[in-house]
Amino acid sequence: MSMTRREFAKAQAAAIAAAAGGLPIFTSASNLVTEADMVTLDWNKAPCRFCGTGCSVMVATRDNRVVATHGDIKAEVNRGLNCVKGYFLSKIMYGVDRLTQPLLRMKNGQYDKQGEFQAISWEQAFDIMEQKYKEALKNKGPESIGMFGSGQWTVWEGYAANKLMKGGFRSNNIDPNARHCMASAVMGFMRTFGADEPMGCYDDIEATDAFVLWGSNMAEMHPILWTRVTDRRLSQPHVKVAVLSTFEHRSFELADIPMVFKPQTDLYILNYIANHIIESGAVNQDFISKHTRFAKGADDIGYGLRPDNPLETRAKNADKANTWTDISYEQFAAFVKPYTLERTAKETGVSAERLKALAELYADPKRKVVSFWTMGFNQHTRGVWANNLIYNIHLLTGKISEPGNSPFSLTGQPSACGTAREVGTFSHRLPADLVVTNPKHRATAEKIWKLPAGTVQEKVGFHAVQQSRMLKDGVLNVYWTQASNNMQAGPNIMQEVLPGWRRPENFVIVSDVYPTVSAQAADLILPSAMWVEKEGAFGNAERRTQFWHQLVSAPGDARSDLWQLLEFSKRFTTDEVWPAELLAKAPEYKGKTLFEVLFKNGQVDQFPVEQMEVGYKNDEAKAFGFYVQKGLFEEYAQFGRGHGHDLADFDRYHSERGLRWPVVDGKETLWRYREGLDPYVEKGSEVQFYGQPDKKAIIFALPYEPPAEAPDADYPFWLSTGRVLEHWHTGSMTQRVEELYKAVPDALVYMHPEDARAMNARRGSEVKLISRRGEIRARIETRGRNKPPRGLVFVPFFDANKLINKVTLDATDPISKQTDYKKCAIRIELISVA
Amino acid sequence: MQFRMLPLFLLAAIGVVLAADIDYPLDAPGPDGRRPGGTLTQSMPAPPIANDENRDLKRERNYPDQPPTIPHSIRGYQLDMNGNKCLSCHSRANSAKSQATAISITHYMDRDGQALAAVSPRRYFCNQCHVVQKEVQPLVGNSFETIDKILQDDANAAQKP
Repeated sequence: MSMTRREFAKAQAAAIAAAAGGLPIFTSASNLVTEADMVTLDWNKAPCRFCGTGCSVMVATRDNRVVATHGDIKAEVNRGLNCVKGYFLSKIMYGVDRLTQPLLRMKNGQYDKQGEFQAISWEQAFDIMEQKYKEALKNKGPESIGMFGSGQWTVWEGYAANKLMKGGFRSNNIDPNARHCMASAVMGFMRTFGADEPMGCYDDIEATDAFVLWGSNMAEMHPILWTRVTDRRLSQPHVKVAVLSTFEHRSFELADIPMVFKPQTDLYILNYIANHIIESGAVNQDFISKHTRFAKGADDIGYGLRPDNPLETRAKNADKANTWTDISYEQFAAFVKPYTLERTAKETGVSAERLKALAELYADPKRKVVSFWTMGFNQHTRGVWANNLIYNIHLLTGKISEPGNSPFSLTGQPSACGTAREVGTFSHRLPADLVVTNPKHRATAEKIWKLPAGTVQEKVGFHAVQQSRMLKDGVLNVYWTQASNNMQAGPNIMQEVLPGWRRPENFVIVSDVYPTVSAQAADLILPSAMWVEKEGAFGNAERRTQFWHQLVSAPGDARSDLWQLLEFSKRFTTDEVWPAELLAKAPEYKGKTLFEVLFKNGQVDQFPVEQMEVGYKNDEAKAFGFYVQKGLFEEYAQFGRGHGHDLADFDRYHSERGLRWPVVDGKETLWRYREGLDPYVEKGSEVQFYGQPDKKAIIFALPYEPPAEAPDADYPFWLSTGRVLEHWHTGSMTQRVEELYKAVPDALVYMHPEDARAMNARRGSEVKLISRRGEIRARIETRGRNKPPRGLVFVPFFDANKLINKVTLDATDPISKQTDYKKCAIRIELISVA
Repeated sequence: MQFRMLPLFLLAAIGVVLAADIDYPLDAPGPDGRRPGGTLTQSMPAPPIANDENRDLKRERNYPDQPPTIPHSIRGYQLDMNGNKCLSCHSRANSAKSQATAISITHYMDRDGQALAAVSPRRYFCNQCHVVQKEVQPLVGNSFETIDKILQDDANAAQKP
């Protein structure tokens, strides 16, 4: 068929007219479009916008709109598959209430904390921000400003924010929402190995003989990895799957050894397995003598609550939670000896038979084991310990750093690793595992950033939960959040988060793409560009860095977080934000703007716009006149190259489906710390955990300790919170996709049917969930995908109309400062039976 | 939506009552999102659990690779290591008998795109991609346009003199 575009249009119109008039039409004219320029779509790769799995997606665009997406068959991670969320990525940018212009609370033309939101220009938005920042900096110093970022920031957005806060404003009060998600994993890695992130990779899945899920519902939260686990389990019958959780969920559908344990008692199980390995003679003596040493960690470390909380004042070692002393193997064996099978079965509620079967998976020298965990471990007041204890098991048996033997901490967000961790956007971190408390590390950052010595502050900034408390106490006064929704996802909203944001003298700025509940509580809302509306990079859970091009324009005046950060930095000169003695060390910076000092520094601006790949948009490069993303990435990469965190050249990532760092001599590294697999390991050493000065990993003696809050007569139920397959985190994007919304419209209270019956309720009854901190209303589900034991309910947090975090407790792991969203005590009142 | 009409002073009062040590209003007007603006301190009533759409009518897909949503209820379906109820109608062998849509040929391929004798284990858990739809109205509209719509708009634009 040969038709010009014009002829086609006419034929189509005729067909429509004919159809409308009920006339017969020639099929050749009506239902087949073949002309190449009409039907050709522009396909490009991009990593998925959602979880930490890091699937690659092919994105079709036409006329500046995304029209289709599908799983990328060339991507190692997902090989053509997506989960239901990923398949609907095409629609996430098109919710009708996209934010398209800055909005400020105003009364009578002026900013007013009680005012109604009114549209303003970017110029006006930056004016009021500048005024608020300058007031705070002048009156109280850099400690009074703060930023809350995200594991959903692109790598360069996180890097620019980190640099602006720590190197520009000289405030370490920057923390990502990944604090709620990955902080315990980070501290687990740092304590045991001295280096963050997994040693293995997803290729472990196809190489192993057993999977153990510790507090991870991969079937819903990492569905594409679950397809790989399912593939391995069902196609190789000798493979076993053990699933541990405090309630039965979808991952139990594949479980050979299902285990529901009492909340917090995973610490017993972990120590029991270590004890079993020792007592059954399964310790890999050669491995532990060469590659490990033993330590006893401080115990009785409190619960990360406010310091005047009795739980903190009573705790012996709350102020030295992250300390330890060396012990011997024999002392370690004696320490875990009381964790017997009988005692563990009694404390956990899991049958001795299943516990032993689990322990045997690890102890059997012929069986390779992958352990997966996510929020069940990390969101735990002893989350760092849980991470350390699982490494103990893999280290005692030497089942680590080789294909199929892998303790594997999964991440929740698409760039929790790439941005939050690797870029170091935590309040204590700098890029590539460096920390602000170490003078050498600060010097490294200052050198790369070309800033005078002493610019980066030594004191650790406010972490996520502390930011809420300091806002409430009036210590932190100006607060900017990007790519996060802490008014929905933060713990204890009613007592800590909301009072802080609404405190009269505080000024809160929320950059987002939709009017989230955080935006509703903000004072200034900035409209952001999202996903393929900007050029980006994410780093997934297996150390894979993936890039994408900008494929479409953002709507209205929406701008990327990167543009917002850089443009805002033009509003400050060094004289306004740095003390005179610091400026005296770098007189050439006098009078310069932070933009000039931080981003137009001869490094970040060294790549001209002409270096961009032809045929792609890049709104930031256009705005600033240089290839911003490349400049930021190449400067950032200086931190890690030659230090075990090597990233490839910027341009290469645009043509790869990601590369796993360290990328040395152009080759990615699949397994770290093992000779022959990791270029950083010296010949003849077999294994080197080179993050530690002596290249030995630490096996930690850590006990069971009780949770911060447990059910009692007044509040008799455990509450556990989490996610669902169909929605991403707080649902801002996925609840605006009709198919995903209709799949799971409301958060339900997953409950044991007998618990419902005992309160004269049933499936569909409306109840109030009440804790000592707040309450919500929701409906009971007794036969859904989650089947809790008696005495525990599970409620997801995606639903903006059922803010379950009004109910949760802001107790954290004292080492990682990560909230335990899995355990608090509530009571349940019936509103109507239905 | 009845709660949207609450006067501001009342909202403020609720906020103050809920947090006794706070002497400033916690609620303030805000743009409506999924939740009406200015209602953060309130406990919103929970709508009844909606039924599954169970009409067995195929729905239009947004683009070719969109997994079709399930047009019927799957309550009580077994889907675990021991059995997959979905395949008892939707497998290639059974779809003629049941007149249910046969699963795509891609579902018989392994990670390397090689066809297998049976459904690929990586596709075993159907509900990772295919979901039931509840009888509810969307909370927020979505302006996504299918390629068919865009082609049609092109055609209509060309039609205009």
